[in-house]
Amino acid sequence: MAQILIDKVRKDFGAVRALDEVTLDIADGEFVALLGPSGCGKTTLLRIVAGLETQTAGRIVIGGRDLTEVPTRARGLAMVFQNYAVFPHMTVFENIAFGLRMQKADPTRIDAQVRKAAGLLHIEDYLDRHPGNLSGGQRQRVAVARALAVEPPVLLMDEPLSNLDALLRLEMRAELKTVLEQAGTTTIYVTHDQTEAMGLADRIAVMHGGRIVQIDTPTEVYRHPRTKFVGGFVGSPPMNFLPVEVTGGEARLGGLPVPAPVTSGALLAGVRPEDFAIVAPDQGLAAEVLVVEPLGSHTLVTVRCDGATVRVVTPEIIDWPAGRRIGLKPDAGRVVWMDPQSEQAVGP
Amino acid sequence: MKTVRRLVYATGVVALCAWVLVPIYFITLGAFGGRAGVFKWPKGVLPGETFSFAAMDTFLRIEGVAHAAFNSVIAASICMALSIALGAPAGYALARYSFPGQNLYRLLILLTRAFPLAILALPLTVIFIRVGLYDTPVGVALIHTALALPFAALISSSLFMGIPRELEEAAWVFGCSRVQAFRKIVLPLALPGIAATAIFAFVISWNEVFAASILTVRERTLTAYLLTVLSESPLHFRFAGGFLLIVPSIAFIFAVRKYLFAMWGIANR
Repeated sequence: MAQILIDKVRKDFGAVRALDEVTLDIADGEFVALLGPSGCGKTTLLRIVAGLETQTAGRIVIGGRDLTEVPTRARGLAMVFQNYAVFPHMTVFENIAFGLRMQKADPTRIDAQVRKAAGLLHIEDYLDRHPGNLSGGQRQRVAVARALAVEPPVLLMDEPLSNLDALLRLEMRAELKTVLEQAGTTTIYVTHDQTEAMGLADRIAVMHGGRIVQIDTPTEVYRHPRTKFVGGFVGSPPMNFLPVEVTGGEARLGGLPVPAPVTSGALLAGVRPEDFAIVAPDQGLAAEVLVVEPLGSHTLVTVRCDGATVRVVTPEIIDWPAGRRIGLKPDAGRVVWMDPQSEQAVGP
Repeated sequence: MKTVRRLVYATGVVALCAWVLVPIYFITLGAFGGRAGVFKWPKGVLPGETFSFAAMDTFLRIEGVAHAAFNSVIAASICMALSIALGAPAGYALARYSFPGQNLYRLLILLTRAFPLAILALPLTVIFIRVGLYDTPVGVALIHTALALPFAALISSSLFMGIPRELEEAAWVFGCSRVQAFRKIVLPLALPGIAATAIFAFVISWNEVFAASILTVRERTLTAYLLTVLSESPLHFRFAGGFLLIVPSIAFIFAVRKYLFAMWGIANR
């Protein structure tokens, strides 16, 4: 059993606070993605869990054992590094076997485990090669196989796919998901790529400025962002935020009365690009087309609406010139509300 | 365009090889050409009819040459061992840990070389006589270590910096202590560079004349000994002496050449 408890962890680098009272509870076998822009502290948090970095305050508890004073080598976890960190002077076989050799495992078991891990990642044919003769994707597989071969209760991954090209990343993502589901490993996965986090994780912890701003399932994070930052960071293109005035518990979005969670005052209405319907110019919000980008499966339309730039995604194939006037009608049931000052979600 | 580049490349290679090989070649000719061969012009490709071991033979029989060579080997070996034993850990520390005054420390290491040996000579001699190191190969080796150590530390620090920290961290994650990770991961990767540093220290000691001349009287190293003996010798003897000085360096570099070219490179960058 390997549930992970990250308990009020704080990390200061000199005067800079990299992590501020971060608390995260991860269930056994769960896959949690730490998602955030660079510099948000996600890698630092992962390195603290691994023991490669020491927290200023707080505890890391794995499987009921407080690891604060335990050195990295005795924490019994495995890690995949961003730039693979496969050992260049060892064959692929020796790389994958490294953890087991350190545990002084039985040679027959080592052989079996290495072949099993290599099989899972389709690198059986390269076991005798040195990493120098492998492509980036293959080295990445070696790094993952090396981590899986020890059958770790906890697997830490630091942007393992960021150095791969787009197609390979897509392939590896699907493979990783299959492999990890089979192994039932508790996984913390650091990424700045929201698609990766959405696709892989059971839960996403969105980090910003050294704090976790939201922990939820991918769908929850996408549908109900708790702060303006989350709405803007998760989803591509990002969520649109329109300033509205609420009177009598209702906001007017393009002539459409939408029930708001407060009775009066200023709010930001968050609307996903695909939650707009494009209507005639005299209906809904008046908007002027700036750019139309046909992307094959859908079309991305950037419009100017009330002085703000708004992005709209529509499944229709359209070919409009810039300057054309259209109307936008938001899906009232999918609007999220933010306080313009605190940028926190308001209401349910 | 391609042929031009090949031509430039080839010219560069030839020029570099000639730069190193031509002097060695002439020294060899002089050493084995006998008295007549030294003054012959134009010189043949091979020593030809004037070929003789006479100069070499006589030279090797000169009283004390063998002993001086032995002293040189001892001094250079000790210098090499000490430079690596002290320089590599210093380099590792410089590469992996950050501590206050790190840059100043780097500068200070180099500044030791800015201190002229000539000024140190007299006090050193006095101290060495007092502690009994005067006129011993060990004493010479200590001074040579002082000369080679700054370079050993700086070269090995850049060597260790070239080995990604993640490799070590990966080793820790998979169960290695710091020492084990160093032995299993860092050392094998750094070995070619460390070998090169070792050769460098050896050669510094082997070629050094000044300190060796001042700190010894009877237990001279080869360079110091030859300096005194050869200044009064005929030219072909000097060539023989020069040849003898070059040979061990070449043999040594040849022996460790495979470490000079990284076998795997660092595939991780």
